[in-house]
Amino acid sequence: MDTSPTRHEPARLTRQDAAYVARLARIDLSDDELDQYAEQLATVLEHVAAMSALDTSGVEPTAHPLPLRNVLRADDVRPSLGRDEVLAQAPAAESGRFRVPRILGEAL
Amino acid sequence: MADDARSAARPAPACEVAAQVRSGALTARHVVERHLSAIAELDVELHAFVTVVGEEALADADAVDRRVQAGVDPGPLAGVPVALKDNMCTRGIATTCSSRILDGWKPPYDATVVERLRAAGAVVVGKTNLDEFAMGSSTENSAFGPSRNPYDLERVPGGSSGGSAAAVAAGLAPLALGSDTGGSIRQPAALCGVVGMKPTYGTVSRYGLVAFASSLDQIGPFARTVADAAALFDAIGGHDPMDSTSLERPAPRCVAAVGDGVTGLRVGLVQELLEGAEPAVVAAVRAAAETLEAAGASIEECSIPEVRHALPAYYLLAPAEASSNLARYDGVRYGLRVDAPDVAAMQGATRSAGFGPEVKRRIMLGTYALSAGYYDAYYAQAQKVRTLIIDAFDRAYQHVDVLLGATTPTTAFAIGSKVQDPWSMYLSDVFSVPSNLAGHPAVSVPFGADWSGLPIGVQVLAPALGEAAMLQAAAVIEDGAPPLAPPGVWAEPLGTAGWSSGGRA
Repeated sequence: MDTSPTRHEPARLTRQDAAYVARLARIDLSDDELDQYAEQLATVLEHVAAMSALDTSGVEPTAHPLPLRNVLRADDVRPSLGRDEVLAQAPAAESGRFRVPRILGEAL
Repeated sequence: MADDARSAARPAPACEVAAQVRSGALTARHVVERHLSAIAELDVELHAFVTVVGEEALADADAVDRRVQAGVDPGPLAGVPVALKDNMCTRGIATTCSSRILDGWKPPYDATVVERLRAAGAVVVGKTNLDEFAMGSSTENSAFGPSRNPYDLERVPGGSSGGSAAAVAAGLAPLALGSDTGGSIRQPAALCGVVGMKPTYGTVSRYGLVAFASSLDQIGPFARTVADAAALFDAIGGHDPMDSTSLERPAPRCVAAVGDGVTGLRVGLVQELLEGAEPAVVAAVRAAAETLEAAGASIEECSIPEVRHALPAYYLLAPAEASSNLARYDGVRYGLRVDAPDVAAMQGATRSAGFGPEVKRRIMLGTYALSAGYYDAYYAQAQKVRTLIIDAFDRAYQHVDVLLGATTPTTAFAIGSKVQDPWSMYLSDVFSVPSNLAGHPAVSVPFGADWSGLPIGVQVLAPALGEAAMLQAAAVIEDGAPPLAPPGVWAEPLGTAGWSSGGRA
């Protein structure tokens, strides 16, 4: 994957680029979907090209409209959501825990 | 219908209903029953609701009536039915975000806005349809099928809060809540001919609002009048310790400000917020400006060229935040799981089956914009452009108190007309996204209709915490607006005579 795009170059995305992004996003996509998203993403990137070309040297980025600060509270015990109530929403639970398929490659 | 039905036969705005419930002239049960039967009759056509909670609503209404009988004030919205966009958590009641991935999920807690509605005496009657996870401008991106515009069933109600807008426009509820990340309250309000307001970021708690783009999302009211929207905003606003981005300010008091007039108010008519709009829309905005001027405001034409870059910046920042926020739907803790032998395969399959095309598109776009090698050119650049837009608004507000423009470039478009071309859909938001990037309030007010009878919305923008002046201007525009005929789908049981304040024949 090209990792050094120049700003004015029209965006081109291949099926392989889309597959890489889909893998980062943990979404299984068919080849047809990959082709469709590659094309549509390229179209969007063309529309943002003028913005990407703006001179923003010396401009501070804005991550958030408010001046954020950490919000702390006293570390005292308060009621929280019940464990069983929360686990009841899980696709699979066992012995008071979420149950998931195996995470590591090797067999258990 | 019972005799006392006659007093409610006209679709009284929410404040009027609340006044009658508080005085005992009308029971909350009666009001809620009437609205539930209207929903049962008409929502087959509109599909504004995903879930109707009749039993719970009647129980809540009875609780309001008991308080009235006991001489306890049930609150400023006593007995008023409210429709909630289905991305706000309701304890024990399905909250779908119109997505398959939340299949079967019933939140174990209420959103703060739901608690505040209850404290104000309002009654939640149902959860409304939306574009999946609030991503869209037409409500076509719903896993449960599109909602329809009450003015023309072949047209979209706008989105993403299309169900809430359609419900209020058709008289199925006097009030509704929506969420506005890039225009998702104001755009459908404009397309359905109702009032829709995005408050200042941080004035309404997001606790229990399912996150789309956290630095942009804000809950706000839909209503048929500006005064009703102000009353709903006052009821839900104010600091909430459960939301770390909640402003530490007392609850807003905007109801009192509505009706104060606009004498001496300085209004900027923004050239860029008319660019590319249909002639009927431009004419409506200019007529609204004249209305304000006639009422004593001064009008100044102004240019804020930076807002032209708001749409591209938004369509990088919002998907980037979404791609991160939606990582939580991993098939582990709630909602859908597609089984697979290992976790990575389970997640890929679950997310593939659970998300619809637009959500996948935005996650892909956001993931790309954040990925190594592209971060600076796209995400970081968009954040800097966000600063340029905020600075440009700040300069404009040195000369004027509020800004005026169109809410949307067009009136309601045909269902299916934009689904194959994402950018043409995104253009619906071109006039609404600047306020989200800046965190500022903005409101859409109906102002007549185009030649085919479709409603037009005019937008009033204000600087942060400028809601009072903004709503004063909106109320004056509302007073001077050409009459808007009720939509074709209209809650007949609630009356046929008046649209907003007209009397019975």
